[in-house]
Amino acid sequence: MRVMAQMGMVMNLDKCIGCHTCSVTCKQAWTNRAGTEYVWFNNVETRPGQGYPRRYEDQEQWKGGWQLNKKGRLVLKGGGRLKKLFGLFASPVQPELKDYYEPWTYDYKTLIDAPLGDDFPVARPKSLITGKDTKISWSANWDDDLGGAPEMGHLDPIVEKVRRESEDKIKFAFEQTFMFYLPRICEHCLNPSCMASCPSGAIYKRVEDGIVLVDQDKCRGWRQCITGCPYKKIYFNHKTGKAEKCTFCYPRVEVGLPTVCSETCVGRLRYLGLFLYDADRVTDAAAVTDVTDLYESQMDVLLDPNDPEVAAAALDQGIPADWLDAARKSPVYALAKVYKVALPLHPEYRTMPMVWYVPPLSPIVDLLSEQGHDAEDSGNLFGAIDALRIPVEYLAELFTAGDTDKITEVLRKLAAMRAYMRAITMEQEPDPSIPAAVGMSPGSMYEMYRLMAIAKYDERYVIPKAHVEQAHDLEEMGCSVDFEGGPGMYEDSPFGEASGRPTPVAVENFYALKDRQTSDTPAGEQALRGRVNLLNWDGNGSPTGLFPEKRDRPSAAAPSPADLRPPTEGGSS
Amino acid sequence: MMWDVLLWGILPYVMLAVLIGGTIWRYRYDQFGWTTRSSQLYESRLLRIGSPIFHFGLLAVIAGHFFGLVIPMSWTLFFGMSQDFYHLNALLVGGVAGVCTLGGIVILIYRRRKTGPVFMATTSNDKIMYVVLTAAIVLGLWTTLASVFSGEHGHNYRETVSPWFRSLFILQPDVAAMAAAPFSFHIHTLVGMLLFTIWPFTRLVHAFTAPLHYLFRPYIVYRSRDQEPGQVRPARRGWAPIGTKDRTPDKR
Repeated sequence: MRVMAQMGMVMNLDKCIGCHTCSVTCKQAWTNRAGTEYVWFNNVETRPGQGYPRRYEDQEQWKGGWQLNKKGRLVLKGGGRLKKLFGLFASPVQPELKDYYEPWTYDYKTLIDAPLGDDFPVARPKSLITGKDTKISWSANWDDDLGGAPEMGHLDPIVEKVRRESEDKIKFAFEQTFMFYLPRICEHCLNPSCMASCPSGAIYKRVEDGIVLVDQDKCRGWRQCITGCPYKKIYFNHKTGKAEKCTFCYPRVEVGLPTVCSETCVGRLRYLGLFLYDADRVTDAAAVTDVTDLYESQMDVLLDPNDPEVAAAALDQGIPADWLDAARKSPVYALAKVYKVALPLHPEYRTMPMVWYVPPLSPIVDLLSEQGHDAEDSGNLFGAIDALRIPVEYLAELFTAGDTDKITEVLRKLAAMRAYMRAITMEQEPDPSIPAAVGMSPGSMYEMYRLMAIAKYDERYVIPKAHVEQAHDLEEMGCSVDFEGGPGMYEDSPFGEASGRPTPVAVENFYALKDRQTSDTPAGEQALRGRVNLLNWDGNGSPTGLFPEKRDRPSAAAPSPADLRPPTEGGSS
Repeated sequence: MMWDVLLWGILPYVMLAVLIGGTIWRYRYDQFGWTTRSSQLYESRLLRIGSPIFHFGLLAVIAGHFFGLVIPMSWTLFFGMSQDFYHLNALLVGGVAGVCTLGGIVILIYRRRKTGPVFMATTSNDKIMYVVLTAAIVLGLWTTLASVFSGEHGHNYRETVSPWFRSLFILQPDVAAMAAAPFSFHIHTLVGMLLFTIWPFTRLVHAFTAPLHYLFRPYIVYRSRDQEPGQVRPARRGWAPIGTKDRTPDKR
């Protein structure tokens, strides 16, 4: 048994309102540079929908993930090592910009510069790729909220599949349609196929916390990882010629802060915490024959931190005691393994993804109450799950490789929790047969309710800090002297952002850590080149520069336009 | 005579020094800029035709150069390969490889010029490199074709260029042998040396990190946070930008 720690995330899809705040703040923190305009480490997809990039789930086209060969051994779907090397000169399966979208800006300058005339000046869209006028015809979430679904809904690979297998299950007619949101980040898989595809060996999994990163110095731009990742969560920075991906905000996580997407999530639907897993069993678990067994085999790899044998092995193998503690308190472990309500996204790709989802239940309640039933009565709820607006088959294709029984089981648990908790909030006698019907005790059902409904910040995000004694040796720490203080600290290299050395992110991390330890003002107060930096924002107050500076109100004067604006102190925490 | 010594006795070593020194320097300084700078994201159709033709052709050309330059004529004769047979072979295989390489690079340059985004991402460094690289290929093909048309009496470079090439590595350059080669070989060799001189400073460096170790490494890579402390040096002014220009508006 080789015990390793893995940072994981659970997203409760019932709570996602599709506001895209996570995407925007993530982009703002990580991919607001030239070359990454089209890059969304975090994106929110409306399902059914094509996703981003378009139809990425169609692995017959994109060849992502793993498959079993005739001998039952795990091989890359994109081909073996030799095939990859022979395809190096022009990657045979590669999404193009048109599969994402052509990023653009607007020619705002004409609004100010245009000569006097009869017409109002217009800010035309300009392509950021060609610099020329462009016609905007697609974007990262063009089909948001089912936009264009009657025409393009069938392009969703899962809709395609479910329709093929069960007649008429998915409809886009206005009265029968359904939708939910699926926020996606990198899955930080236990068995990542991007890593296996990388010819240079530049992608690695951190031993300490399992975060999957691209070594920007080692990446040579062979682009095989983009083919290899079935979730298409590795992007090619077309200015630097390097692959980039979601970093799980490791500089924040190292100092105990949640990722930017979690921090800024309006619905508070994200949970962060540790998994302990047995690294020796990963490959075997990913190679089980039947795809519907992959969920179970993935669960088997996760270790119980309360098991004394596991704890002893973990301590023995250098996992610090406070990390073990965090693993015991981990909300993601509780949701995935204890309550078994969180499911991995597309287990059939055999990558053992570590971002889990609680499937959505909500529409059922509306449906029942519209039909005049008592929407939260357990009997009604259980019976209606099969008649859900969101077809169970659709959810099963997303989360259990098509096994509808497992989805139904989870949905029954969620429905039971509602019915059981309703009795408690109505101050009626709670019915212990409801939890029993889904194999839970009243106590654990209540605990699950607490975690899913009212868990506070420090219960949703249980993030052990990276150890300072380790942090002294942090890879990039040696340079902190060169960058210390002064305006030059965040300067570009002389050739622009695309050459020389990038500002090591651990330098920012180092300052954030120092700041948090030594001051009582919020971290991240220092300005970053006139930009708002969310990376170091710890959720207290508003980040510097997000709003214009507050001017003193001139007394007894007529209100100036500036005063008519809403107050600029955005207190959010 | 003095020119000969300069060109064939001194210049090769200057070229080697720049090539090796420059590569080491670049490798140490600019790991971040060391990439293929692929433009496949912008355009894939022409690239998927041109790039494999060019690269595989080039690999064959490199193999041919190895055969012609490194393996002495006496060896092939010893193994019963007659000069005529060798010559015919070299012309056929070399000709095909050369034409492929040239055709490939023509497609690639056409694509680079005609596809807006790809042209936008082309630096002047790239343009210079393309000129030298294409010149080397064209001149190389010329030497091959020239010997086709002169038939039996074609120049046998294995008696002039090859001994000179090998003599370079024992630090006793056989200047006279090289000087005896015809002009077409001289100019091809010179442009070739120019290409290797600029090599470390262009995108061509990606060839030096061809990922052959991929065949042997484990699929899953674990790396500790604290394995290599203090590896990062600050960026210093080096040479012309390897990257493309950043859009300036969002900078102050």
